[in-house]
Amino acid sequence: MTTDTNPIAMAAITSVGAAGMPRHHLAIFAALFVFLVAAPFLLYPIFVMKVLCFALFACAFNLLLGFGGLLSFGHAAYFGMASYVSAHAAKVWGLTPELAIIAGTLVAAVLGLAIGSLAIRRHGIYFAMVTLAFAQMIYFFSLQAAFTGGEDGIQAVPRGHLFGLIDLRSSEVLYFFVLAIFFAGILLIYRIIHSPFGQVLKAIRENEPRAISLGYRVNRYKLAVFVLSATLAGVAGATKAIVFQLASLTDVYWTMSGEVVLMTLLGGMGTVFGPIVGAAVIVTMQNYLATFGDWVTIGQGIIFVVAVLSFREGIVGVLAKWLRKPL
Amino acid sequence: MFELLGIPPQVLFGQLLLGLINGSFYAVLSLGLAVIFGLLNIINFTHGAQYMLGAFGAWMLLNYLGVGYWWAVFIVPPIVGVTGIVLERVLIRRLYHLDHLYGLLLTFGLALIIVGFFRQFFGVSGLPYPPPPLLTGGYNLGFMYLPNSRAWVIAASLIVCLATWFIIEKTRLGAYLRAATENPTMVGAFGINVPLLVTLTYGFGVALAGFAGVLAAPIYAVNPNMGADLIIVVFAVVVIGGMGSILGSILTGFGLGLIEGLTRVFYPEGSAVVIFVIMALVLLVKPAGLFGRSV
Repeated sequence: MTTDTNPIAMAAITSVGAAGMPRHHLAIFAALFVFLVAAPFLLYPIFVMKVLCFALFACAFNLLLGFGGLLSFGHAAYFGMASYVSAHAAKVWGLTPELAIIAGTLVAAVLGLAIGSLAIRRHGIYFAMVTLAFAQMIYFFSLQAAFTGGEDGIQAVPRGHLFGLIDLRSSEVLYFFVLAIFFAGILLIYRIIHSPFGQVLKAIRENEPRAISLGYRVNRYKLAVFVLSATLAGVAGATKAIVFQLASLTDVYWTMSGEVVLMTLLGGMGTVFGPIVGAAVIVTMQNYLATFGDWVTIGQGIIFVVAVLSFREGIVGVLAKWLRKPL
Repeated sequence: MFELLGIPPQVLFGQLLLGLINGSFYAVLSLGLAVIFGLLNIINFTHGAQYMLGAFGAWMLLNYLGVGYWWAVFIVPPIVGVTGIVLERVLIRRLYHLDHLYGLLLTFGLALIIVGFFRQFFGVSGLPYPPPPLLTGGYNLGFMYLPNSRAWVIAASLIVCLATWFIIEKTRLGAYLRAATENPTMVGAFGINVPLLVTLTYGFGVALAGFAGVLAAPIYAVNPNMGADLIIVVFAVVVIGGMGSILGSILTGFGLGLIEGLTRVFYPEGSAVVIFVIMALVLLVKPAGLFGRSV
């Protein structure tokens, strides 16, 4: 799972703006921000919030796959479990939404630590199978545990008052809360990717034995990025539970793990903005094709096959090639 | 009759038998995965969908053509195998030069397409497949009642597993196959058509999945989703056993089925997750798997 980016060559053609961020990245972030601030007045806010939650989920996943080179097929576990915990915290414990999201995120982090420390003992295909199997275990747990509500899920989760003050029942108000979470999330991911830690991750992705021979404790780096990715997936899941006022088995099932892989693959793995584009495309497709039942599944399968066979760089990856700039 | 830890023997042996049935399916499916992985180095995510195709193949033969179960046992696996060969020739082949994870993603996409089509046209409620007359009765063994249908599934999968082991370990074709697993370039240099061998191996592994599907048709309802959850458990079985050895796959499959059955007797809530828990333990103690050679 490697993308051909040569950081030195890229740096040479990239002008660096303020705060060490390349100018074109700064411009894209700014454009994205302006668009997303205007979006709830142009589009249905709930729909945009759904895109934002899944975009953050896909970015978190991409941190692991695109930059750590680890294909987890079980990211639904962290997304779904965080969404259950956050829904439970908001509904049963009566926590404010920001505390409920933090609770869900913490559980996802602990879960990521437990599963990650086992999964990194295997490589490649086995790693994918192990993460998938553990996610299925979490699914069965969610099916049987009392607090998840089984087949019904946790419904009618109150959106509550942000910090106990701001009423989030209006979708427009909630939107800006979600937007803040989304931006904090992707800026954090951007920072991680471009930190020394992120560079070591890339080194491990490209050539693990060499990274070991250089004295890096590879497994610690892998575990760290796994936990970070699981935690951020948890933020997305927990936020989604508050937005839709619902946590259900769908969020924790393997199809959800597959969807986030698809979003990342389609948008462009190993790119900063690809997963956002991929999530937007897939969520839009689900939205408009919802009435066609299983054709959505078939369509996703076809996109998977086409993307793997002839479109491995993804949408943003192809754009980056044309523009000769890393996106 | 005696009681074991307060559990009547009928219950205990009944659950052990159910466990052995599940174990049969684990064994046949993980064997197919192991055979495919050995030569192609991809994990065949479509395996669950191909298992479902086997069950639907039997159902279609019966309902559209009036062809019964015993014919289906012989007709359906080769047909499913041929569909696999087509997939390998047209699509999977293009990915051999890439990272093996792309093979996983491609076969995952194919599984979505196949399962999606069957859900669209046959619904998800499940179609009944009446067992043939020969499989409806049963024997009373004294300590338990043994239904014919279950005895047949266990016997048939044991025979198929052992036949596969024999072909791979004891015949000339199997020797080519094992050699190509070790070093495909060298075997190709000796004049053996390795790409053909790869195609046939994939077809054979897929046919094994189709065979398991036919066996499953009279026992479980024929349902588009029947393979999806099963295949994830089989992945765990494969991780536990390691894919290094054929007999290892068979033993692990049956053994884990039995353990699952025992769990259902003594701690029913844990039966759905016991295999995953064992997987976690194996990863802690012997990360390469019980019969695996390298990580």
